[in-house]
Amino acid sequence: MAVTDVQAVRDITARPPGLGARKFKDSAFIVWGIIATIVGLGTLVTLVTDLAHDGGHRVTSAFFTSFPSSEPALAGILSAWVGSLLVIATTALFAIPIGIMAGIYLEEYAPKNPITSAIEIAVNNLAGVPSILFGLMAVGIFVQFLGNPNKWFGFLPEGVREAGAHLFGQSILTAGITLSLLILPVVIVATREAVRSVPREMRHGALAVGATKWQTTQHHVLPYALPGVVTGVIIGISRALGETAPLIMIGGLTFVAFLPITRPGDATFETIGMLDEYGAAVDPNATETVHITHDGVVVLPDFTERAVQAGQTLELPHGSSIQSTADWGDAIASWNPGHWLGQEFTVMPIQMFNWTSRPQAEFLELAAAAGIVLLAITLLMNGTAIYLRYRLRKSIKW
Amino acid sequence: MHTQIFKTLGKVAIASAAVLALAGPASAQTAAPFTIQIDGSSTVFPISEAVAEGFQQTTAGRIRVAVGESGSSAGLRKFCRGEIHIADSSRPIRSSEMATCAAAGIQYVEIPVAFDGVTVVVHPSNPIRSMTVAQLREIWRPGSDVRNFNQVGGPNLAMQLYGPGSASGTFEYFTEAVNGTARSSRTDYTPSEDDNVLVQGVANNPGGLAYFGLAYYEENQSRLHAVAIDNGNGPVVPSQATVRDGTYAPLSRPIFIYVNAAALRRPQVQQFVQYYINNAAAVSERVGYVALPQAAYATYLQRAQRRQVGTAFGGRATIGASIEEVVGRRLVQTPVSE
Repeated sequence: MAVTDVQAVRDITARPPGLGARKFKDSAFIVWGIIATIVGLGTLVTLVTDLAHDGGHRVTSAFFTSFPSSEPALAGILSAWVGSLLVIATTALFAIPIGIMAGIYLEEYAPKNPITSAIEIAVNNLAGVPSILFGLMAVGIFVQFLGNPNKWFGFLPEGVREAGAHLFGQSILTAGITLSLLILPVVIVATREAVRSVPREMRHGALAVGATKWQTTQHHVLPYALPGVVTGVIIGISRALGETAPLIMIGGLTFVAFLPITRPGDATFETIGMLDEYGAAVDPNATETVHITHDGVVVLPDFTERAVQAGQTLELPHGSSIQSTADWGDAIASWNPGHWLGQEFTVMPIQMFNWTSRPQAEFLELAAAAGIVLLAITLLMNGTAIYLRYRLRKSIKW
Repeated sequence: MHTQIFKTLGKVAIASAAVLALAGPASAQTAAPFTIQIDGSSTVFPISEAVAEGFQQTTAGRIRVAVGESGSSAGLRKFCRGEIHIADSSRPIRSSEMATCAAAGIQYVEIPVAFDGVTVVVHPSNPIRSMTVAQLREIWRPGSDVRNFNQVGGPNLAMQLYGPGSASGTFEYFTEAVNGTARSSRTDYTPSEDDNVLVQGVANNPGGLAYFGLAYYEENQSRLHAVAIDNGNGPVVPSQATVRDGTYAPLSRPIFIYVNAAALRRPQVQQFVQYYINNAAAVSERVGYVALPQAAYATYLQRAQRRQVGTAFGGRATIGASIEEVVGRRLVQTPVSE
């Protein structure tokens, strides 16, 4: 009897009931997994191949150094990529510190009460709001309200109003703030997830030896959360880079054949006094003493021109402009955010959007070429994220 | 090491804050140069873009021009708020917009810059060569049950309809010209704001039928067939010539720029608008539109120089009007009732 029992057990172990079905499910899952991967990767490969086939030959160095043009052969993405770069830098400047600090506060400091829950729900919902709504909000607040200080903020000193009118409106600053609001939820949620994944014992250990809450957060929580935070930030920035709708709403332009920053050799303009929206002096009788730093031309409000030399000191009426050629000093000075934050802009997705809607096939090639560049930038950014995460993880010693 | 990272991050944060704090005062010294701002119709955009490009070359970049394409309606909204100097529009200003502009104290100089012919296209294998306006209405009227070309005198072929989305000026014009009321159309067709999608739809579908601007047909002549339109005087094939002489009716339409009259006092803007009118004929033909007769441009040049404000259309889209008739009309600033 014992022998038969052993034999029965052996039989069951060797050929358990339903083994065939389970083995089939096992291999079926692998097959499904492979199919899913192929679909995902295949789409990406098709997309990249298609773009490379359509626009690969248009990606030349001239493509990066030319302004857009109605002549496809001459058209390039100079104003678009410079615009994208400046808008994204502005976005990062606002979104990263605010997003990370909000994430840390919500996870580490905020008391558990209905207000905190309401904030959490609001943040999560904000992540799902269509980007066009951010554009609408920005038009109301940054373009029409803050961009119109003479109408709404008459009580402020003229200098402040002038700066406000210059910085807000349809400007790089407006675009950067709008996109940073758009990606804030992504950064906040990623920061919270990363902070939450740090084991509670780490905090307990630090607090037990007398560290303050901020010391614990600064020395023990944040370093371990950093890889996750960096990933969240880069995903957010990549999203902002491809965004079109809110920027078109706030007045992102399509044809811009000048740069917000100056290159050596570019024509420069300096206008004297406060101007109205048509470029005329608000106070036509006012004058200003100006020290000329470059040889050039002064254009008076009545559009008569006179040549001027460096070193002269002139009394010029408001509405005049001094025109000269930029040297390296001017070019470097133009990197001052005060110079470019208030200027008109275009970005790569807007330029692509325009080219895809043109009837001539050459413009579709240009759109594909711009797509390749945008894709390359996104891949580069994601690659940086992966590298940073790897480096930071390696430096973690639990 | 981590403390190091945070110290560095902290310094970067302080530095950026300092830079932002400096931004205000610095801007007061180096105000940006005057930029002529244009926004509006994506139909007019290619003309404005090419003119702006040429103008900035001839003035060696001393007067900046920036062009956007947020659509005719959005452009005119911005225009009536005084945010832009010139609005591109693929239709005349509406009476509601005239009222908004008037309320904001903004006067405008209306300048037709070119003609566009809305073209009805079918697949090249489709034997249909012409249609009457009544047949088009039968197909596109709201609630239409036309599903096959044999219902409108064509072959036994299932019909696949494509058309511009409802935000488009072309949609507005076509529905008014064909159905009698702007924006009233059957809705069971494939809409797209991107005309290239419509081109693809018809080129790949033997039963396809679509309508869009003449430029898209001319660039895709090998893959599409344009239907001649019969408005009672026999079928007329859309072309540069038939659009210009007004025989391609009622589907040829003028497209416009609206210039802020106060901005037109500025020599920069005046110079630009005159350059625009002088180059509109050559540029519009290069980008696929139809130039107005030379006499019309001469009239509009005068209108810009004298800053004659108002619209010749009384707040309505006028369908199938010949340019000779439009040029001579009186300009008004308040909507004209029927």
